[in-house]
Amino acid sequence: MVRKLYNSASFDGSLLWRAAADAVRKLDPRQLIKNSVMFVTAVVSALVTVLFARDLIAGQPSAFSGQIAAWLWFTVLFANFAEALAEGRGRAQAESLRKTRTETLANRLSDPKNRERRETVSALDLRPGDNVLVVAGEIIPGDGEIIEGVASVNEAAVTGESAPVIREAGGDRSAVTGGTTVLSDWIVVRITSSPGSSFLDRMIALVEGAERQKTPNEIALNVLLAGMTIVFLIAVVTLTGLGAYSGTSIAVTVLVALLVTLIPTTIGGLLSAIGIAGMDRLLRFNVLAMSGRAVEAAGDVDTLLLDKTGTITFGNRLATEIVPVPGVSEREAAEAALLASLADETPEGRSIVTLAQEKYGLALPGNVPQGTFIAFSASTRLSGIDIETRKLRKGAVDAVLKFAGGTQSVAEPPAFRASVDRIARAGGTPLGLVEGDRLLGVIHLKDVVKPDIKERFAQLRRMGIKTVMITGDNPVTAAAIASEAGVDDFVAEATPEDKLRYIRNEQAEGRLIAMCGDGTNDAPALAQADVAVAMQSGTQAAREAGNMVDLDSNPTKLIEVVEISKQLLMTRGSLTTFSIANDVAKYFAIIPALFVASLPELGALNIMHLATPESAILSAVIFNALIIVALIPLALKGVAYRPIGAAALLRRNLLVYGLGGLAAPFIGIKLVDLAVSSLHLV
Amino acid sequence: MTLNGWLQIAIMLALVVLTARPLGSFLATVMDGRRCFLTPALMPVEGRIYALAGVDQTREQTWLQYVAALLAFNAAGFVLLYAILRLQGFLPLNPQGFGALSEHLAFNTAVSFVTNTNWQSYGGETTLSYFSQMVGLTVQNFVSAATGMAIIVPLARAFSRANASTVGNFWVDLTRVTLYVLVPLSIVMAFALIALGVPQNLSNYIDATTLEGAKQTIAQGPVASQLAIKQLGTNGGGFFNVNSAHPYENPNIWTNTLEAWGILALALALAVAFGRMIGREREGWALLGVMMLFMIVGCAIAYWAEAAGNPFMHAMGVDGGNMEGKEVRFGIPQSAVWATFTTGASNGSVNSMHDSYMPLGGLVPLLLIQIGEVVPGGVGSGLYGIVVFAIIAMFVAGLMVGRTPEYLGKKLEAKEVKMAMLAILIMPAFILGFSAVSAVLPAALAGLNNPGPRGYSEILYAFSSAAGNNGSAFAGLTANAPWYDTTLGITMLACRFGIIVPVMAIIGSLAAKPRLAPSSGTFPTDGALFVALLAGVIVIVSGLEFFPALALGPIAEHFQMLAGKTF
Repeated sequence: MVRKLYNSASFDGSLLWRAAADAVRKLDPRQLIKNSVMFVTAVVSALVTVLFARDLIAGQPSAFSGQIAAWLWFTVLFANFAEALAEGRGRAQAESLRKTRTETLANRLSDPKNRERRETVSALDLRPGDNVLVVAGEIIPGDGEIIEGVASVNEAAVTGESAPVIREAGGDRSAVTGGTTVLSDWIVVRITSSPGSSFLDRMIALVEGAERQKTPNEIALNVLLAGMTIVFLIAVVTLTGLGAYSGTSIAVTVLVALLVTLIPTTIGGLLSAIGIAGMDRLLRFNVLAMSGRAVEAAGDVDTLLLDKTGTITFGNRLATEIVPVPGVSEREAAEAALLASLADETPEGRSIVTLAQEKYGLALPGNVPQGTFIAFSASTRLSGIDIETRKLRKGAVDAVLKFAGGTQSVAEPPAFRASVDRIARAGGTPLGLVEGDRLLGVIHLKDVVKPDIKERFAQLRRMGIKTVMITGDNPVTAAAIASEAGVDDFVAEATPEDKLRYIRNEQAEGRLIAMCGDGTNDAPALAQADVAVAMQSGTQAAREAGNMVDLDSNPTKLIEVVEISKQLLMTRGSLTTFSIANDVAKYFAIIPALFVASLPELGALNIMHLATPESAILSAVIFNALIIVALIPLALKGVAYRPIGAAALLRRNLLVYGLGGLAAPFIGIKLVDLAVSSLHLV
Repeated sequence: MTLNGWLQIAIMLALVVLTARPLGSFLATVMDGRRCFLTPALMPVEGRIYALAGVDQTREQTWLQYVAALLAFNAAGFVLLYAILRLQGFLPLNPQGFGALSEHLAFNTAVSFVTNTNWQSYGGETTLSYFSQMVGLTVQNFVSAATGMAIIVPLARAFSRANASTVGNFWVDLTRVTLYVLVPLSIVMAFALIALGVPQNLSNYIDATTLEGAKQTIAQGPVASQLAIKQLGTNGGGFFNVNSAHPYENPNIWTNTLEAWGILALALALAVAFGRMIGREREGWALLGVMMLFMIVGCAIAYWAEAAGNPFMHAMGVDGGNMEGKEVRFGIPQSAVWATFTTGASNGSVNSMHDSYMPLGGLVPLLLIQIGEVVPGGVGSGLYGIVVFAIIAMFVAGLMVGRTPEYLGKKLEAKEVKMAMLAILIMPAFILGFSAVSAVLPAALAGLNNPGPRGYSEILYAFSSAAGNNGSAFAGLTANAPWYDTTLGITMLACRFGIIVPVMAIIGSLAAKPRLAPSSGTFPTDGALFVALLAGVIVIVSGLEFFPALALGPIAEHFQMLAGKTF
């Protein structure tokens, strides 16, 4: 069973308490300065607190400024809390990972050829290029490549998958990960990573969010938010001079309240939580993103390159029909096929047995007929069974014809030829069936497309993403499978160079490409692609070329990666829009209150009929703080993505977060005002 | 409000849109450097200009070289104009014998015309010689407009080119726009205006005796030729003090129609040309759609507010709309249209006095200037300004389709956002900053002629007009004093070039990026949704910051009026 690496979707009590404590800890100015909006909020909160203290000492009425100060601090704390909560979910996971990275000892070989001369060193002393011997029961001390031996390895420490996998020198399964355990046999590993920068280290850092770099789009959004903060800073500061013209002197506390409600505190407070939660969602899908840029780029992907085998098809050819020649009944042919395949343990052979049972209603012979099984060999290209005088064979068409004719090929009946051609044209593999010198028919072996894949491609198309199938098949076969699977394009008889060329051409036309791969020969294409998901089961070269690693080694995972990325970007955009749209209502709450003394006529703008100027200002500030808390679940969960096309998606989100952002605070501020005035808070 | 009034407004709006396509296609041809019907006649002239100036027209510039050339050219223009104004007394074509302008007035006026603002702290017919008007101001009317339009060429290239390090040649773009577009179009329009009754002479002023027996000096001059470029180049600086309300500058409804058309004609056509030059004409029409949306709503509100009239007058038994400060030969609808056009575009010419509008009627021009002179804004400056807003809109909303933001096939990243925010910040900083200081500074308050919120609005309007490079005024303010001349001059300079430089930086950055192909997952920016979104962003991002300031002025005044308060 697959144990998901990551399983804490809900918040439990201890997580909340810990986040609350972290929220206070994050008031450290060195932390706050990283977020311009919250830094400004904290600075003006401190200012109002000082004014409150002054009023208190001087015996002036201080209830109003005290409450404003408190809610301003809450605004900062709520933002910190959101970030702490997002980080907290990863931290528990990192701790359990760290436990697996116990102090490991390694058998270093001075000569990789000589397994006898070894010294025991700490894993921390290993450097790239060192060779180590790992035997059954030992933990592999670092990331590396097997240069000798074959072993079964338990990789549960990184993948959560407890079933052992085979790792061997040479080929595409030579990479091993530090922290995983050898279960049987022995291997010699050449270490490729330095201590502290191993896969496990990177994984811990990622999960913990400690090394979290702001992604490019997040940086740009921060610039925008800082710009808007400056705009409103100008608007509020100049208001002192402008107000003085009509004899209004505005209290600093009120100006601060206006400033904080106008600057985009909602998105400013939730921005980093959104980013952490997005990375977190990827992790829960067992995907490790090595760069934040790749996570964002995944949302932009225009073209998805998928290997046919294992992704689009099951990877094995399966029998789908048995076509008898004239004069042979379907049942007779099926029975012959069944007998000829009884001992055939290849997936193709088993699929013929299954087909004969399910489609042609044959039962397995109660007792296995006495006969001689003829195994497949590369020279005869036939397999089958001899039962007494019956010689049943199945195999490549020309080999079957040769078998039937004794030494030279028998003249094939036209109907037989026609069936063979039809199957080949449909992209299948025809398998001849013969008994002695009598041709019985043709078995249709087909590369079977996975049942749900067509629907997934249709979904991608609705997302605006083109799918391209890469296959080593000939163009005829490739075209048949492509049309059956519903991909938009395919590359047949593809070499690694073809893949690279295809990616470059697409990029030159202004498209972003995603692909996944596991082999060393995939590495150049992975490095060229904008989003490259390497399989955890793949080679070290592939894993280093990719900018994400899929721990489940599931190539269709790319679809989820794209969705998660889109969700992350949409959440940012939606909450930014919401935050900015909120400002309209806040003006209507605060402006009439601001000038009530000098320009009482502006009371006409008090369309929410807020009780008093003080309650209006306090209500706006309280709403502004509470909305951050109210949106934390959305920030962590993400705005739902629906593959309905850009225009429809935008219309929907603009309606919900744009118009909703305009309307919500009118209702919210009014409700808070009712509470504030009924409790006589001011 | 009458059906006739609405019809007049509808006709004017239809007229400006109708000419956008043919004019835009001609502009695109010229700006792309392709052959047009004027090429045979003007090609030799163009070549001669490059030869004289030592410009190699095939050599392209990086964005930095481009903007350096632009700034150097404008600096030289400023020095020349300042010298002419200071030395006016010694220069020819000065039949009235006007002397030199004061230092601060010359500074203010030179800046004003170099920046395409045409804020006039002076009265033309009582201050300037024909030489100053023709050689000084009119030359700047051409080249300041051409400077703005020239930037549209690299702007289009920023989107049509991929991985490019150069964006074009400023000298070529400037020359072609002036030679093929502004000069021929102004000549045609000037002749049309003369035919419709606008004077064109170099005569002495005429002294006449009126029917009441009073002495009156009737100013003369080369009005028609100045007028054409004043309208087409969104300059707006009148030959006479009262601008196009003067019977010589705007004698009848026909000249009024032609002049009002001239305000928007090129600014709208540039949007279409931009679409053509990037190979996606619909994108240009979408921008034009946003511009027209503001013009339609603006005209409607201004007409409604003015036609509704003044409740105090109604109380005295005088029915009808607010005709104060409006010309009887144009009436309320044509005045409302002009006020909306001239502030929507950063033209600033007037055919009625905005200071005499109702509070909400006056709010329309004030707000149109404050939202950044982008709907449609000055020639060139309006289009690159609205593209800056489109970048911000796409940055925020583009995320909502689940892709990192892009506009017209170019990714928007930190650098573009930084520069766009810089370009957006500069206007509120100067408008609100200087207005706030002026609202408390005794030297500044001395210039006010009206008490109450109206006086405050005059200050706010002056700095908004300067920052938006508009040039129109709530004329109650006596601006020809060292404080206003200097601060308004600084505002005009900062808000012209403080926007051009970041815009050019954006152009340089975008041109260097690869061009992305649109897919069905891309945010479509040529439809109604985008038009609504961009309009909303313009209102919210640049309107919200002025809301508190406006609340103290026109909005307060409106509610005070409803409450029956007078000053």
